[in-house]
Amino acid sequence: MTFSEYLFLFGGMGLVTYLPRALPLLYLAHKQLPQWLIDWLSLIPVAVLSALLAPSLFADAADRSFSLGKAEFIVAIPTLIFALKTRSLGGTVLVGMLLYWLTSFFM
Amino acid sequence: MDQQDKTTRPSLLRQGAAAAWPICLGYFPIGLALGVLAQQAGLPWWAMAMMSILVFAGSAQFICVAMLAAKASIPAIIFTTLVVNLRHTLMSSALAVYLAGVNRKFLTVFSYGITDESFAVNMTHFKNGQWDRWRALVVNHLSNSVWILATVTGTLVGQFVPQGAFGIDYALTGMFICLLVFQLQGRIYILTGLLAALISVTWYLLIPGDSYIVGASVCAATLGYLLKRRYRSSK
Repeated sequence: MTFSEYLFLFGGMGLVTYLPRALPLLYLAHKQLPQWLIDWLSLIPVAVLSALLAPSLFADAADRSFSLGKAEFIVAIPTLIFALKTRSLGGTVLVGMLLYWLTSFFM
Repeated sequence: MDQQDKTTRPSLLRQGAAAAWPICLGYFPIGLALGVLAQQAGLPWWAMAMMSILVFAGSAQFICVAMLAAKASIPAIIFTTLVVNLRHTLMSSALAVYLAGVNRKFLTVFSYGITDESFAVNMTHFKNGQWDRWRALVVNHLSNSVWILATVTGTLVGQFVPQGAFGIDYALTGMFICLLVFQLQGRIYILTGLLAALISVTWYLLIPGDSYIVGASVCAATLGYLLKRRYRSSK
């Protein structure tokens, strides 16, 4: 592909990536939000995080099947306990990585 | 918010960087991997740089490289990108609660850096109160810089990096687990999180594509909200 073809492709992708990120914020930040919407939006972070995380722990990406013994899930248990006990983001990331690395020798 | 703006620039950068480093740690190997794949698909390093600057969206970029390798058309790739990135409308809306009344110029720049990861980190800090828009902006742009650097490095040296070294593939999962723990500030949050997990796994298994993220988030947040309201009115 030529330079201008790449520019056209990535420019188009950039636009459709940017607009969903910008429009709601630009619109809603200057509106008086009703209380029910604020209450609903306050549940969005926990819902999004859980929705992103769960399939990577409980499902096989290759054939989209349910799987309960994945290394990702087994490592997630001590990682979760560590996060609950210490509430340290950096520490949790490092502990998770270390444990996941160790399982690669056993599984 | 503006009272905190008066803090010195170095401390602002330092606090932003302290919040952003787990993201950067996670982005680096993923960016490298993307760079390697892009190089194998025939993209030169400057095209990779152009893509990471114009399109700061990891999953969409992976899909783009795969589609380019499969000789897909440009409109098909752009349309797929739109579908994959629609989930950010939810995150952008949730951020509006903490960025209410901020000038549009700032929001225009800030929106560029809203990713799953920067959203999760910034929302956690906003909720705790010790946070403002400038620190959030530092998180966004630091993550973006590391992402651009990693993807370009991947096209140049990626094939020499061993797969899965030091469990680095788990960095973002570990980060999401801890950020999830930070969000669990009451029974209704735990319940919403469990519902989201259940719905998203089911959705993921039954429906192809990426709709499970938005679908499960909206369903779980709505159910959680309705349960909370019922519980409140029954008291």
